[in-house]
Amino acid sequence: MSVATEATTHVIRPVSRSRAFWRSPIGRLVKKVPFYTLVVLIFVYCLFPFFWALRCAFTPESDLFSTPLQYVPEHPTLDNFRQAFQAEFFRRGLLNSAIVAGGVTLLSLAIGTLAAFALGRFRFRGRSFVMYLMLSMTMFPSIAILGALYTMISGFSLGPIDLPNIYDTLWSLLFTYLIFTLPFTIWVLTSFMEALPGDLEEAAYVDGATPFQVFYKVLLPLILPGLVTTGLLAFISAWNEYLFALSFIQDPDKYTVPLAITSFVGESGSSFQQPWGTIMAATIIVTVPLVALVLVFQRYILAGLTAGAVKG
Amino acid sequence: MSTAATPAPAPRRRRRTTKLKRRQTRLAWVLLVPALAVVVFVAIYPLGKTIYQSFTDQEFLALEPAQWVGLQNYRDLLDDSIFRDAVWTTLKFTLITVAFEFALGLAIALVVNSRFRGRGVMRAVMLVPWAIPTVVAAQMWKSMLQSNGVISDAGTRLGILAHPHAWIADPATSLAAICAVDIWKTAPFVALLLLAGLQVIPGDLYEAAEVDGANALQQFWKITLPLLAPAIFVTLVFRTLDALRVFDVFYVFFGNRLGTQSMAIYAQSTIVGDGYVGYGAAISMAIFLVIALFVVVYVTFQRVVLR
Repeated sequence: MSVATEATTHVIRPVSRSRAFWRSPIGRLVKKVPFYTLVVLIFVYCLFPFFWALRCAFTPESDLFSTPLQYVPEHPTLDNFRQAFQAEFFRRGLLNSAIVAGGVTLLSLAIGTLAAFALGRFRFRGRSFVMYLMLSMTMFPSIAILGALYTMISGFSLGPIDLPNIYDTLWSLLFTYLIFTLPFTIWVLTSFMEALPGDLEEAAYVDGATPFQVFYKVLLPLILPGLVTTGLLAFISAWNEYLFALSFIQDPDKYTVPLAITSFVGESGSSFQQPWGTIMAATIIVTVPLVALVLVFQRYILAGLTAGAVKG
Repeated sequence: MSTAATPAPAPRRRRRTTKLKRRQTRLAWVLLVPALAVVVFVAIYPLGKTIYQSFTDQEFLALEPAQWVGLQNYRDLLDDSIFRDAVWTTLKFTLITVAFEFALGLAIALVVNSRFRGRGVMRAVMLVPWAIPTVVAAQMWKSMLQSNGVISDAGTRLGILAHPHAWIADPATSLAAICAVDIWKTAPFVALLLLAGLQVIPGDLYEAAEVDGANALQQFWKITLPLLAPAIFVTLVFRTLDALRVFDVFYVFFGNRLGTQSMAIYAQSTIVGDGYVGYGAAISMAIFLVIALFVVVYVTFQRVVLR
């Protein structure tokens, strides 16, 4: 570029006015306008529904759909948040979702790191079979086994062991959610384990460490970023799950967040008169921590998502 | 593995290596036991059970035991107009959302891939729709799409719409409304995946093309697209499989209103709502087959075109 401009300055040649303009500092700024317009458009597109939910959450119920529509609430209020927290199933929902999502995350990490240790640090026959099994499980449509799980959780016997009826309890979610968190956890953690240098454990083994010591003293600290990534992704997917929760839970005391969010009814009790202000306040309450989490751990999450998708 | 580097193994040593190897193999399988148990228990066994149930007339909590009915459920499925509608709706939904998410996602990725101030902020912003639970996103859009909601209001103000429109209630626009939610939630996410693919394309390729006088469009067709092909492929596969089993948005928007059911909605309402576990299992298997068909098509396409 610079070579080209120097060459043109030596040759005496009338430079057209428009060309001179585009090279001036103002011209360069103007040239970027279409680009930044696109950036702003993307920004607005991504955030507008979130902004709108915020607007609704702070607008009194009576003003929500007033004509002309208020784009910024004229009488901002916290009433909607108060209403949302007054609903017991919503408060319970937050707690239940925290229990289920937290439990599933811990279980997947515990089982997943052991499996990833085996798959990522040992070469053995059947390894690639297990890897393919886990990969195909990550794409497994949970609707395909809904009926079987539905009958299984209402009590069934596995040979001599009789399993209790866990229908309409949080246990049913805790177990079934593993189907989409665990294979993914294993797949990503294995790629983290494999990426560690090959002779890492050797010194520890020479010093007489057992494989288990190597595992939790040498390898586990090194794949901590992987644990954060997969833990977050498992937590988010369990927090957001709807199909199983809708099918296995009936008692409002056991609702998870997605069930609670869709259960607000207006004073009249009709489903056509939805209390949008309260719903949007609840929406903001459950989304803000999640969005904060995602923004703080942005780098980790992106690494996990691309490891899961691009390598797959 | 760890002893592979030691030179000139003596015979005795080799025997010890294999013994070590055997011990390692055994340890590996022991470590895998919990994971495999879970997979068998929550995926493989239920899948087998679903296949079995699809050949029976099992009902939830029925008093008499289920009867083997052979292919009857599948035969009924072929004559079931609700199921046919559900398949059709789901296919339309899949085609529309995947096409838009890919086109929009690629456009967003190309914009955000150029170096500019605030790029990090943009990447964070693009994660927001993905992080919002689908049910919550559906609720947000549901309120926006009411006839007196913000989309109608903004549309009439800007002169795009002649009059406010009830997007969800009107059957002519209900599918578009549902697609809009999915596209909003997923296009930025697709963009992030494609962005990761774009960033591994070496920059000197573009410099070389520049020297050779290739314009931006040529660079896009000859460099960006071919090198991005693997990332595009994986993204498309994942998105298609996800779209085919769509449930949440449809349920929040329509419950199980007839005519606007996805395949997963019909299966769920048959199993849980009506308690027809056997027939629902047959629907589940049909969904499974449709998804498998798409996987086969994609994999064949990849073998033939991309290799």
